[in-house]
Amino acid sequence: MKRRDLIATLPAAAAATSLGGLTSLSAWAQQGPIKVGVLHSLSGTMAISETVLKDTVLMAIDEVNAKGGVLGRKLEAVVVDPASNWPLFAEKAKQLISQDKVAAVFGCWTSVSRKSVLPVFEQSNALLFYPVQYEGEELSANVFYTGAAPNQQAIPAVEYLMSKDGGSAKRWVLLGTDYVYPRTTNKILRAFLKAKGVADADIMEEYTPFGHSDYQTIIAKIKRFAGEGKKTAVVSTINGDSNVPFYKELGNQGLKATDVPVVAFSVGEEELRGVDTKPLVGHLAAWNYFMSIKNPANDEFIKKWSAYAKAKGVAGHKDRPLTNDPMEATYIGFNMWVQAVAKAKSTDVDKVRTAMYGQTFKAPSGITSTMDPKNHHLHKSVFIGEIKADGQFNVVWKTPGPVVADPWSDYIAENKGKKNEPVMAAKK
Amino acid sequence: MFRCFSLPRLRAWAGPRASAQGFARTWAWACAWAFVLALASLLLALTSGPAHALPAELAARIAAGDSDSRLAALAEAVQRRDASLQPFLKALLADEVKLAGGRAYLVQGDTVRDASSGAAVAALPEGAEDVVNNNRMRREFEAALAAMKLFSADRRERAAAIVELKDGTDEAKLPLIEAAEAQEKDPELRTQIALLKAGVLVSASDRGKRLAAAALLTGSPQPATRALLLERLAPGAETDPEVRAALQAALATVEQRLAWGDRAGVLFSGISLGSILLLVALGLAITYGLMGVINMAHGELMMIGAYATYVVQNLFRTHWPGAFDAYLVAAIPVSFLAAALVGAAMERSVIRWLYGRPLETLLATWGISLILMQSVRSLFGAQNVAVENPSWLSGGLAVLPNLTLPYNRLAILVFAALVLAGMALLIARTRLGLFVRGVTQNRQMAACVGVPTARVDTLAFALGSGIAGLAGCALSQVGNVGPDLGQGYIVDAFMVVVLGGVGQLAGTVYAALGLGVIGKLLEGWQGAVLAKIIVLVMIVAFIQKRPQGLFALKGRNVEA
Repeated sequence: MKRRDLIATLPAAAAATSLGGLTSLSAWAQQGPIKVGVLHSLSGTMAISETVLKDTVLMAIDEVNAKGGVLGRKLEAVVVDPASNWPLFAEKAKQLISQDKVAAVFGCWTSVSRKSVLPVFEQSNALLFYPVQYEGEELSANVFYTGAAPNQQAIPAVEYLMSKDGGSAKRWVLLGTDYVYPRTTNKILRAFLKAKGVADADIMEEYTPFGHSDYQTIIAKIKRFAGEGKKTAVVSTINGDSNVPFYKELGNQGLKATDVPVVAFSVGEEELRGVDTKPLVGHLAAWNYFMSIKNPANDEFIKKWSAYAKAKGVAGHKDRPLTNDPMEATYIGFNMWVQAVAKAKSTDVDKVRTAMYGQTFKAPSGITSTMDPKNHHLHKSVFIGEIKADGQFNVVWKTPGPVVADPWSDYIAENKGKKNEPVMAAKK
Repeated sequence: MFRCFSLPRLRAWAGPRASAQGFARTWAWACAWAFVLALASLLLALTSGPAHALPAELAARIAAGDSDSRLAALAEAVQRRDASLQPFLKALLADEVKLAGGRAYLVQGDTVRDASSGAAVAALPEGAEDVVNNNRMRREFEAALAAMKLFSADRRERAAAIVELKDGTDEAKLPLIEAAEAQEKDPELRTQIALLKAGVLVSASDRGKRLAAAALLTGSPQPATRALLLERLAPGAETDPEVRAALQAALATVEQRLAWGDRAGVLFSGISLGSILLLVALGLAITYGLMGVINMAHGELMMIGAYATYVVQNLFRTHWPGAFDAYLVAAIPVSFLAAALVGAAMERSVIRWLYGRPLETLLATWGISLILMQSVRSLFGAQNVAVENPSWLSGGLAVLPNLTLPYNRLAILVFAALVLAGMALLIARTRLGLFVRGVTQNRQMAACVGVPTARVDTLAFALGSGIAGLAGCALSQVGNVGPDLGQGYIVDAFMVVVLGGVGQLAGTVYAALGLGVIGKLLEGWQGAVLAKIIVLVMIVAFIQKRPQGLFALKGRNVEA
């Protein structure tokens, strides 16, 4: 009976293949702990951002296990280190899926790492929970995107900077690390700015390699560009540890937020640790969560994390615990997966996927987070925060309610007519 | 003074109330009178000095509400120039204001004071909320503070206020600026205030005023003036041909003046990169250049220097937090010693068995570099560690209005020069230097005349390693400190030494500075990604043509 339900919900071609997987899965899945894969860089240029996400998953696992696990079984983490090396991500993903036989994988930060593991997940019909804001232009049935799509982060941020309160910016510097996320995001933003009547001459696009550490020239260029006309704003999609030298140089060269505001999409509380934030007051970040948001769910989340970091001696966090948006997204995604497993009464990928649709969770950002019934993205509120002297953010603007994700951005012409639903038949 | 305002300007100044179309004319007159009265009272206040306190209701309006109404309240308060406004604005900028029950409070640590009276309050009322200011509010607060400081008795404070106001002026502040100009005695500041005024008047409705303002702006050294002039010259902004010509002329002069700052900026960033490359390559100039050891672990020795700095920083933080700013001074010898010790151990245990066998040395040192990286990973974790700049290295020196030289880069420049001088002296003037030169030129002969060659090798290698450690200490101030720190610099270091000519100190210096400046010029022109590629291609082409590098060692060896 159950199998028939499943066939009814999925296109026939997909169901035929997944049933084959189901029998082999159920053979081992009956006893022992449920394994969960954690695929985050613990070394290399992205370790600054990703390491803490590993600890977030471990904390969430401890929490579930303390309540007796799920389906009467404990959860067990399998942690691997893909070392900010994109091909290694695919190898480690393969290892997690075929060797460790994990029920789901939580991982990746950069889009290039996600693109690298995507074929692995699609071929073996496994589940990836991706917790970071990204550029859209992708929708796989094997990924749940718990971070923001461009319309849940980048576009509201640019709209804010265009508003009177944001400084009525007329000229734009699009600055990023040289890889797929910044390039695609900037393509969308350029199209969006053009739609708003910004001329090409008023947009400057600049890219630096991963791990770039000398931002003198770039800052000088921004200064010059800003001095050539009306109010200028910088949109930064710099990723990883390059942000530390970038913000240091920004502060040292005295580029103040009141003159040229910088809004960043990949900089949060964690990346600013170790940077002197006093000269950076007023620069902005757009996220769907900030540590400084006040509500009971967030207070509890911060308390839990602080206690966990202290007990486990998480480097840095044991003395000064910080939470950030991708940690929240990881936490929401993980808990939704646990709820979906409980609802599906199985860890089978296809059953869990169906159970994921429409899941809700009380998010630390203060809303009840909902997994869209179709598009594999969360409905999210957008917040714009300004950096305070203590490295936290002041929320200066937010959307009135959750925004539904639009992964195939309408601002890119080729996306006309594409539906925000994964194509199930694409699986092998 | 009053007649210079046209009606639309008055309406704009009087705020949103005047925008109601039907009443526009009546309102304008009413506002004009209100304005005259306000100015009169302002001038009165200027002469008699501010005395009264900021009304609590006004303080609360500045602190809460939507930005537009807060700004209107601020403009109102600035005209009143109450004594308690200045501390209130300062507290707002420092995020020290809380709002409770319609009153604003200043909260500094444990002391709570009422915003309007300045009197201490026993405790903050229940349910007090933070006041959140966005960039727009902050900009206005800063401008308001600066505008008030224009009347300060202290000349330096007035000068600073003028600099701060350089792009915070608007029509609403014109009366204040004019009042300040009338009051200012210092001729230099007077011209600067006149420039501020011109920045506003350049968009006045009176053609003569615009013309005069454009002429005056020719003398402005500020980059903000260029933006302003370009804005006025945009199609549709300025229609009068004569004013346009004046604006064009002003723009040309201002741009010419600013171009020097831009050029100096590129040169400085090139020299700064060159100084970093020099520091990175100096140690290698000894170990590879003089001794001929292809040391692939050179980058890791830098990394050890950087981690030594990190350890010293942590020691200072836990044991002598008061002297935290001095940690860097202590870190310099420590990073030198740490790297030198590791270098000496490397030489004694591995490298000395491999002299004269470059291929084996290369492999062995590469292995050592992996071992060192992994050990640091195990000891300190794979993540980057945070090395903070001491406060005296944060910020920069504003040489020109559009040229700021960051202190940390200036310090590295000086440091590189000192290390270079020290090393040159050591090699040229000391006994050890003499031995090193002797051993590297002719080992057998040196041994025959009684030079302890083995010990000299160890010391020279340790010296080269120690200088790598110093480079690591310097790098910790500009970049990230992590286990792979050295990997990013090893290629650059070899590039500099090979390009400069192996065995040549002077060549290393020229190569480092040359690569730095060329790299930065290319980066400004083509972007960071392409610049790196172009530099590498250029070096490959150069080495093809001239394998011995910029400066070849002249001697009677067969290879040379």
